[in-house]
Amino acid sequence: MKGIRVFLQSLGAVARLTVATFFAFWRLPIEVRPLIAQFDNAGIKSWSITVLTAAFTGMVLALQFSTGLEPYGASMYTGKLAALGIVRELGPMLTALLVGGRVGSGFAAELGSMVVTEQVDAIRALGADPIKKLVAPRVFACVIMLPLLTMLANVIGIGGAMLITVREVGVTPSFFYSQILDTLWVSDLMHGLMKSVAFGYIIGIVGCYVGLNTTGGTEGVGHSTTQAVVVGAIGLLVSNFFLTKLFLALYG
Amino acid sequence: MAEPIIRFVGVQKAFGPKVIYEDCTLDVYPGETLTIIGGSGTGKSVLLKMLTGLLSTDGGSIQAFGQEVTKLNERGMGPIRRRFGFLFQSGALFDSLTVAQNIKYPLREHQWGTEREMDQRVEEVLEMVGLPGTELLKPAALSGGMRKRVGLARAIAMKPEVILYDEPTTGLDPINVRRINGLILSLQKRLNVTSIVVTHDMDSCFTVTDRIAMLYNRRIAFTGTADETEKSEIRYVREFIAGGRGTLDEDID
Repeated sequence: MKGIRVFLQSLGAVARLTVATFFAFWRLPIEVRPLIAQFDNAGIKSWSITVLTAAFTGMVLALQFSTGLEPYGASMYTGKLAALGIVRELGPMLTALLVGGRVGSGFAAELGSMVVTEQVDAIRALGADPIKKLVAPRVFACVIMLPLLTMLANVIGIGGAMLITVREVGVTPSFFYSQILDTLWVSDLMHGLMKSVAFGYIIGIVGCYVGLNTTGGTEGVGHSTTQAVVVGAIGLLVSNFFLTKLFLALYG
Repeated sequence: MAEPIIRFVGVQKAFGPKVIYEDCTLDVYPGETLTIIGGSGTGKSVLLKMLTGLLSTDGGSIQAFGQEVTKLNERGMGPIRRRFGFLFQSGALFDSLTVAQNIKYPLREHQWGTEREMDQRVEEVLEMVGLPGTELLKPAALSGGMRKRVGLARAIAMKPEVILYDEPTTGLDPINVRRINGLILSLQKRLNVTSIVVTHDMDSCFTVTDRIAMLYNRRIAFTGTADETEKSEIRYVREFIAGGRGTLDEDID
């Protein structure tokens, strides 16, 4: 019972932080420099893990599908399945999980150590708002950057799938390409990208919330870092199911 | 004496089951240096943080400059916080910013003036704390004592009326302790401010203070001038002073 109450209380606190973050971000003056720093930190610097994850996921997907479809003589359609899987599900989800692990834990560690060294108190005492200074640029950067990273993951993932399909099944690259164009619709792309917007928000807000609520010195910072990854990943996985359900109901 | 500039009346505060303050009452008068003493973990810093609205109270009233602090929200606290300079225990410098940027932080928030005027102010306050020419260093390159002095420079940058020192000498070597104490005294003279010093270092306490308040048993149990404190007959005051000065000659049970 106590666990449920604590869970609901944290959920409420996260909701309040979300509202505060939203309003803090748009309150003038909008601060561009920390935002750009976070675009770089959360977004640009995540490109390598995104590419690596997407490439190998695309390749392994193609490998599995081509083998699985072979008994039915349908392995030439590997590209169709792999592309749908990547764009609708694996691109957004795996990118979010990997970037979430990297960025969310970073936010929690950074804000957590600022809390235990009284830097967050100092920000308030010096007349500034920690939510505007620290939380808003981080959450906003995640919301913007995650869809972009997901698009990158989609392209690389399909590229990886093409590489394997061409080699293993023996279709030509242009056949593969025209299949992709036939199969993928804008709605498929949007389905994945809209999810990734939500994922970006979850990564950012969980990392910041956990970081700001750090207690207990350096040990607490370590705990927060772990917690940000675990809670973030669970949040991503659970919300993914419901978001998918929602978007399927809306767009089919 | 003049009207108090800061009043704590019946303040209560607890963290979960741990009660820090039950009925804490204390007046601070303009222009004085008040030292708050008490054992570690008795919540001396909490008092300063409640005063500046960094922590909320559970009951009672805190007035600063004639305004009720406990009823103000974060935005309402802004103008009041501007009149306080807060030296945090660890210095609380922003690691990612240089010394100059750290000191400019409050200046920028409160739109002090042009970039040139801010640079000038940074130079001024760094000179006051005896660290001229350190503008471009990062906090990581500073020693503990220097970090506190930069923290102090940042705290006085906005020309506050009240300076709050949270354990200014804790964790410093004797030379730096004396240097910080000297700074507290000289700033007091130069800036004509009110100071509240929270400490458990009795030597510093007697060096800098006009008046001493002792925290005991979840309330301010004793207040008096340095002289009165030294001559006090109250047992826990005597023990604390003796213990703090290393001249304790009787057993403590």
